[in-house]
Amino acid sequence: MADGRTQHLPGAAASLRHYLRGFVLSVLLTGAAFALVMTGALPRDPTILVIFALAAVQVLVHLVDFLHIDGSLEQRWNVYAALFALLVVGILVGGSVWILFNAQANMSHGMPMPPEAF
Amino acid sequence: MTIDLPEAHSVHAPQLPPASEHDTELTEKTVFGFWLYLMSDCVLFASLFAVYAVLGRNYAGGPTGRDIFDLSYVLAETAILLLSSVAYGFVTLAAHDDRRRTALRWLALTFALGLAFVAMEAYEFHHLVGEGAGPSRSAFLSAYFALVGTHGLHVASGLVWMAVMAVQLARDGLSATVHRRMALLGLFWHFLDIIWIVVFTEVYLTGVL
Repeated sequence: MADGRTQHLPGAAASLRHYLRGFVLSVLLTGAAFALVMTGALPRDPTILVIFALAAVQVLVHLVDFLHIDGSLEQRWNVYAALFALLVVGILVGGSVWILFNAQANMSHGMPMPPEAF
Repeated sequence: MTIDLPEAHSVHAPQLPPASEHDTELTEKTVFGFWLYLMSDCVLFASLFAVYAVLGRNYAGGPTGRDIFDLSYVLAETAILLLSSVAYGFVTLAAHDDRRRTALRWLALTFALGLAFVAMEAYEFHHLVGEGAGPSRSAFLSAYFALVGTHGLHVASGLVWMAVMAVQLARDGLSATVHRRMALLGLFWHFLDIIWIVVFTEVYLTGVL
């Protein structure tokens, strides 16, 4: 559209190619994660690592192909806001998990007598 | 609400008004403001993910993820939500090309898929509560219902928003205001699909391992 009513909207950079590429990649990444868990092809810990890596890639695919984050100059502030949110999320999730797992580990291993002794 | 200003503008110019400086600036500010809301919503979900990560293995002698999660059911839910997200992409494309009827049809499909997702989730919750695996059974189930339920509530409010947009699209056509609101709805809908990726990975896939 040339009259400029839509060129500043987030969907302005959208194209059929983006949505189809995003869809195909999502099917592959989601399918791989479910297949890995449902078949039990790998031991537990590597499986967890791989499915979280697949999820991270799929989040990026969605950001680029569905939300059209392309790092262009007009989106600078959106990207800054997203990076700040990522920092807060990292501190929140990483910090909670770190502190509470430490607390749990210290509580259960630091007891002077095992619970069975009671 | 300041968002309604452009419509007052268009009264003076009945044929598709070209974007004024005012329109463009308003759109940029509105989209950025909505983006900031989404980022704060991200932090809300991060808190719930952190709670689940901490409490998700405290079963209190009750059922574990392996006992209650059915991965093929979750895979169907995931596929439906992904298709719904892609269908909204076609709404955006149709709106961009000024094809109102096509946009409405894709919007109806997006809505139907979203409704199917919410229905499947409601059935799953109902089934779990009926089996005695409700939110009060264990810390794991409290965290599970809080996280997945919050996502489901977001999807349900997206459905309400879609119904409102369908009415506005049918009534007002693709005015600058309707365009802008539909773009925001698109951001919201795609954002919820991103949250779901983390939900099925952290809750369901890790839960059965």
